[in-house]
Amino acid sequence: MNQTAQLLKKRKDTILEKWIENQLTDESLREDLITNDDLRRQSEELLNGILTAVEKGNYTDIYSGEFEQVTDILSDISVTRARQGFTPRETTTYVLSLKQALTDVLEQELRDQPEILYKEMLQITKLLDSLSIYTFETYLRGREEVILRQTDEINEISTPVIRVWDGILALPIIGTLDSSRTQIVMENLLQEIVNTGSNIAILDISGVPAVDSLVAQHLIKTVSATRLMGAECIISGIRAEIAQTIVHLGIDLSNIKTKASLASALQLAFSMLALEVKKKNVGTQTKLIR
Amino acid sequence: MDRIPILKMGPFLLVTIQVDLYDRLALSLENDLITMVSNTGARGVLIDISAVNIVDSFMGRILGNIASMSRIMDAETVVVGMQPAVAITLVELGLTLQGVHTALNVEKGMDLLYDKTDLLTTQQQEENEEELDDYND
Repeated sequence: MNQTAQLLKKRKDTILEKWIENQLTDESLREDLITNDDLRRQSEELLNGILTAVEKGNYTDIYSGEFEQVTDILSDISVTRARQGFTPRETTTYVLSLKQALTDVLEQELRDQPEILYKEMLQITKLLDSLSIYTFETYLRGREEVILRQTDEINEISTPVIRVWDGILALPIIGTLDSSRTQIVMENLLQEIVNTGSNIAILDISGVPAVDSLVAQHLIKTVSATRLMGAECIISGIRAEIAQTIVHLGIDLSNIKTKASLASALQLAFSMLALEVKKKNVGTQTKLIR
Repeated sequence: MDRIPILKMGPFLLVTIQVDLYDRLALSLENDLITMVSNTGARGVLIDISAVNIVDSFMGRILGNIASMSRIMDAETVVVGMQPAVAITLVELGLTLQGVHTALNVEKGMDLLYDKTDLLTTQQQEENEEELDDYND
């Protein structure tokens, strides 16, 4: 065990107190997000980890085996904090405030040996810098995971396949169609066609803000794939602007059935399936009852 | 060598592909099928590919070829049971199988064939005969 590690271990309680104190006096402390007890428990765990890790004198390589526990705790803390809504500054400050506590204690202990103090301080600073960088990285990763999950959820929610009638599926598309979303739309639609044995699928694009040649190409692809499966596809919800852009872009939709509204598409689907929807003659019935 | 069986079902030929088609098998299928069409004078060909998981441009072309060859011999071609993944792959490859009819399953494919060839199913024939009998009575 090297000297500094021994020294720090001896003064562990003081360091912890100082650290907690530093955190509590910091304005960026988020009492609304984490309780003081939790903070203390977290900090103690982390400090213990760090002190055990530096016992062998390794202050530089935080990816080595003895730091495994520390990095685990840190990534846990930063990922949770990313989800809870801490800012990056608050998360990094958490680790950096430990540096203050550690160096304070070292200064007290080694006041009469300035050369050693300088060396040890440098080591500790280096170690905590790499730990705070690590925290920041994992914080970012946590944030990215949140964003990815939300993207997935939006994709999932915005492309539902609805069974509007026996043998008729409707697929309201909301938001811009890009390649990855088209893929999801197509897969969902085709799978649903297989599951329900539907003959007709209505693609409603009234929720699509703009149609460019790429989106049109994606639509044509979806229609072709549906046809290959043995079902028919109707595109509905073509607004005036969309019709204009399609014609101006010179996109040929002539061999695809298109309708202005979902209602008229449904009507076309009924007639293709030779179904008839009739209004009940309510008037005569009530008369009869009276 | 493997061979894909071709079954005669009334005026139609039924082919169910249960293995992944490699090129030589696809070619021999094309050959056998066209010979069968000409020998039996079939009016329609139904190809079930519901068990096919992998498709390449070659197989897409073979299917297209079978359809065009059958058409000039007065037989319609219906491909049924295509898996979603296969459909997406074909579209991505730019093969939309023009001139090939498609249906969701064998049952719907058969209906489509009867529809396209203006032939009557046995059930319809019976109904017609009954009507005719009623009319004669």
